[in-house]
Amino acid sequence: MSRLLSSSIARKIAMALSGLFLMVFLLQHFLINITSVFSEAMFNEISHFMGTNPLVQFALQPVLIFGVIFHFVMGFVLEIQNRNARSVGYVQFKGNANSSWMSRNMIYSGGVVLLFLILHFYDFWVPEMTYKYVEFLPEDPSRYYEELVHKFHDPIRVGLYVVSFAFLSLHLLHGFSSSFQSVGANNKYTRSLKSFGTAYAIIVPLGFAFIALFHHLNTL
Amino acid sequence: MKLNLKIWRQKNATEKGSMVSYPIDNISPDMSFLEMIDALNNMLILRNEEPVAFDHDCREGICGMCSMFINGEAHGPDRNVTTCQLHMRKFKDGDTITIEPFRAKAFPVIRDLVVDRSSFDRVQQAGGFVSINTSGNTQDANAIPIEKNKADLAFDAAACIGCGACVATCKNSSAMLFVGAKVSQYALLPQGKVEATQRVQNMVAQMDLEGFGNCTNTGACEVECPKGISLENIARMNREYLSASLKG
Repeated sequence: MSRLLSSSIARKIAMALSGLFLMVFLLQHFLINITSVFSEAMFNEISHFMGTNPLVQFALQPVLIFGVIFHFVMGFVLEIQNRNARSVGYVQFKGNANSSWMSRNMIYSGGVVLLFLILHFYDFWVPEMTYKYVEFLPEDPSRYYEELVHKFHDPIRVGLYVVSFAFLSLHLLHGFSSSFQSVGANNKYTRSLKSFGTAYAIIVPLGFAFIALFHHLNTL
Repeated sequence: MKLNLKIWRQKNATEKGSMVSYPIDNISPDMSFLEMIDALNNMLILRNEEPVAFDHDCREGICGMCSMFINGEAHGPDRNVTTCQLHMRKFKDGDTITIEPFRAKAFPVIRDLVVDRSSFDRVQQAGGFVSINTSGNTQDANAIPIEKNKADLAFDAAACIGCGACVATCKNSSAMLFVGAKVSQYALLPQGKVEATQRVQNMVAQMDLEGFGNCTNTGACEVECPKGISLENIARMNREYLSASLKG
């Protein structure tokens, strides 16, 4: 078991599993957020449930935070190891001839997503934690929609979010199919899975961008 | 053809190297890339200069010795060929051609374009074989029926010539396509299953020990591999490794 956790393949599988977990989370996050476009009441109700349910707050939330931290720390560790594996670089290296830009630049697209997460946590998670667990303010089930709309009033924030979602899309365009390859799933379903992954990588970030723009334009 | 060659020159493993330009004329489009280097070396010898050291052996794409990084790609711009099978008709008159050795920490340069790929030998020695009792009772190979598709896949994996193009072209210098192919060619056959658990663990451990990078599934190795080894072999190795590790 110790060998499983220390080898290059173990790190690769761990990276893939944490990525798959984050993609599942991202989908549920998107499905909840998109309700804000259709129904204020439904968005408030789901957000209230997520914000007050002890299983979500004290079991799933710590797992999610661990997943995020693990994924980016491991990403940086692997990047350093990989750079060290070639001490003298090539004078000419034609990466475009054999691989996609997305696959070669996961560290940069992931880096932008990480910077976005810091902003996103500052915008939503920190105030939420302060509201509930620092100031112990009385629970108001209708506050979530108002907070969301208020945040997306600022055009600079909306712009930063939209750009970040573009990088998230680039990250997912490689990450989705790559995570299945890493866990050993390369079979007759691979082509269909790749198409599904491409659709996921475009639709979900585009949907998030739409939500931010929708609320921004709605407040004008 | 008239060409301008930019070649990595390095006296030995310890000295620093650099790119040196060599204008060359009268190159036939029918020449192989290595014949073109031969012509260059003849010219250098006549000028009392050191010829360019490079690896080559069979010159028919099966030994895996030639190992040049040409114009930013392992084995040059052609697909499914080794450097010795690359022909000058793939280039244009007046082209500048950049020629570098395969680069990886696990493939140190010995001289000019010659690199030490013995790390691959050590990975192979760690488990890339089937132990056979040769005490006189060797079983007839055809006595064990093998499904046609499995035999074909094993054969495809066994086509790997261990040239190192996968490592050279990978942005992470990962050797997983090579090791994946070697693990797969045995994992697919009943004869290889007996030692499968140990094999994959030992080969991966040796691969990590040699200082190769981690695979990030860019797929560059599959494209540049002169033998068309598929990424499926890496996925198979990952499955084999996971199952072997869980078995202990």
